[in-house]
Amino acid sequence: MDELSALFHGFGTVLSWYNLGMMFIGLVLGVIIGVLPGLGGPNGVAILLPLTFTMPPTSAIIMLSCIYWGSLFAGAITSILFNIPGETSSVATTFDGYPLAQQGRAGNALTASFTGSFFGALSGVLLITFLAPMVSKFALRFGPPEFFAVFLLTFCSFVGTDKKTPFKTIISMMLGFGLAAIGMDTVSGGLRMTFGWSELLRGIDFLVVVIGLFGIGEILVSMEEGLKFEGKNGRINLKVVLQTWKEMPKYWVTLVRSTLVGCWMGVTPGGATAASFMGYGLAQRFSRNGRKFGTGEIEGVIAPETAAHASGTSALLPMLALGIPGSATAAVLLGGLMIWGLQPGPLLFVEQKEFVWGLIASMYLGNFVGLIIVLSTVPLFAAILRIPFAIVAPIIIVVCAIGAYSVNNAMLDVWFMLLFGVIGYVLKKLSYPLAPMILALVLGDRMEDAFRQSMLGPGTGLHVFWSNSLVGTISTLALLMLFWPLVPVLWNLVRKSFGGGKNGGAVGKANEG
Amino acid sequence: MDHQQTEGSPPQGGLSHSAVDAITAVVFFAVGVVMMVDNYRIGIAWASDGPESGYFPFHVGMIISLASIAVFVKAMFGKHRNREIFVSWDRFRLVLLVLLPTALYVLLIQLLGIYVASTLFIAAFMRLLGKIGWLKTVLVSVGVNVLLFWMFEVQFLVPLPKGPLEALFGY
Repeated sequence: MDELSALFHGFGTVLSWYNLGMMFIGLVLGVIIGVLPGLGGPNGVAILLPLTFTMPPTSAIIMLSCIYWGSLFAGAITSILFNIPGETSSVATTFDGYPLAQQGRAGNALTASFTGSFFGALSGVLLITFLAPMVSKFALRFGPPEFFAVFLLTFCSFVGTDKKTPFKTIISMMLGFGLAAIGMDTVSGGLRMTFGWSELLRGIDFLVVVIGLFGIGEILVSMEEGLKFEGKNGRINLKVVLQTWKEMPKYWVTLVRSTLVGCWMGVTPGGATAASFMGYGLAQRFSRNGRKFGTGEIEGVIAPETAAHASGTSALLPMLALGIPGSATAAVLLGGLMIWGLQPGPLLFVEQKEFVWGLIASMYLGNFVGLIIVLSTVPLFAAILRIPFAIVAPIIIVVCAIGAYSVNNAMLDVWFMLLFGVIGYVLKKLSYPLAPMILALVLGDRMEDAFRQSMLGPGTGLHVFWSNSLVGTISTLALLMLFWPLVPVLWNLVRKSFGGGKNGGAVGKANEG
Repeated sequence: MDHQQTEGSPPQGGLSHSAVDAITAVVFFAVGVVMMVDNYRIGIAWASDGPESGYFPFHVGMIISLASIAVFVKAMFGKHRNREIFVSWDRFRLVLLVLLPTALYVLLIQLLGIYVASTLFIAAFMRLLGKIGWLKTVLVSVGVNVLLFWMFEVQFLVPLPKGPLEALFGY
């Protein structure tokens, strides 16, 4: 019950006019950012982060996390009305959302997706409220080797869950680590990879990279696609809302299934995009109406949106409890935490009670207010997309440039932003995943510190990571995740060479790897 | 702004998807090698107090190089090579139409300050690419920048690069 009283304290923090105002601003900005092509959760938060340097951390995180919720809600608007996913996590929403809009049932589709999102988010926040304190209490026992093992687990599961392009995931991740290592080495004070360039001394800021990769890169990709928006009318009235809500309980199995998938994918860094596709795929396979998916089923809108929002929300659980973000946007928020002078990690729940519980309370309230805002103002936001791209694009570029400059007040960063924009464009077209790079860039220094701190003292070596049962379990799990895609291959090999009789031995062998 | 790009463009052709994939892999391989060389210089061995400062990035560079070899092999000799054109010239022209003015814009920020450069950039973009009327162009480009100026210089007191025009007004 400690959690409940702490949560009430949190509500006490949030319910001030200043914080409520910040929440509202964040939500509205978030919806706008989510609707505009070229702006999304990660770089929207990154651009606004420098503006919050002087704010109290609690208000700042409330505003920035509300931008995140707003952009998650908004992804569905463009998917359903324009057949253009505003966020990658709402690609799966277009499959059934747009056909529904063509049939003139856009209002129902929007209401269903927003309500599903809200349900998923609420479940994610409940999970955080009760699980995060427990996880962080457990993690207080962690030393540097354990933390390094958890970092390793995070990154290995990224590689292991990527079936299509594992090597590209590795490259993207390692580039992030490489970028993080540029500049002054925090342990020895020596310079690394500055190549005699004194501006590189302070390193390359992750915000600049995020704004370049996601902002400029996205603009270049959308420019190539030649943007012509033809939208459907998205008017929602109370009657449609109530009618859809009456239908919602019918789909409770889909809601629960997608929520579970989303929460799982958020806590392990699978990401909202993967979660939404998985939610859609599972619903298609198990629903009675599965065959009709793709022709305009309400269920096909609920499934991906619920999963995406559940995963987006629960991505904050490992960020708060362990200091390890579960998504690119959570990584940017974590970077913000460090800028505001808070030390991420399990001690956050002990030392910064007001901050953590204020944030959790704001998640309940923010998602509820967000639901009301999007339900009542969809036509307004849909109108944004009817503004010609020739007006929207330069304004986004200007805002990106301002964001990149204000991180360090350095002109060089704006050039870097441009460079990373081009890199982002090429990598996105070659389907390199970008989220691992951001995660590695934000966590790189801390992971290296953890590694080197565990190596302090005589007689150390890699065996430190198997020195007790806790760290040993995590390290082994990490390696298992890394080689997970190889397990079926090995399994087949073993079965072929031994015939059918030695299945038990094969299982043992696969688990050892 | 960049009319030379429009002339002499071949009707079709260009690099295939897998070729660009391979080239990118080669670039990443080089990046990995540079990382290894530079960190080898700092020291990658184990000192008395644990690994030296080049240890971690050296191995990061090594993994990049190894992974890029895998990507290269897959792009060049893989069964499911994507032989489609990476980007047709027509579409790439559109990308350049955004990229080159943006580069020019960043250069202008250094000379004129961010507000004047942004006004010019938005106006040029709207006029040349969007063919939008003069009145609307001026209203949007000036309006957006007055709003930005009010927000950053007056409200949030975030100093952005300013040029001769702002100096005239005493900022």
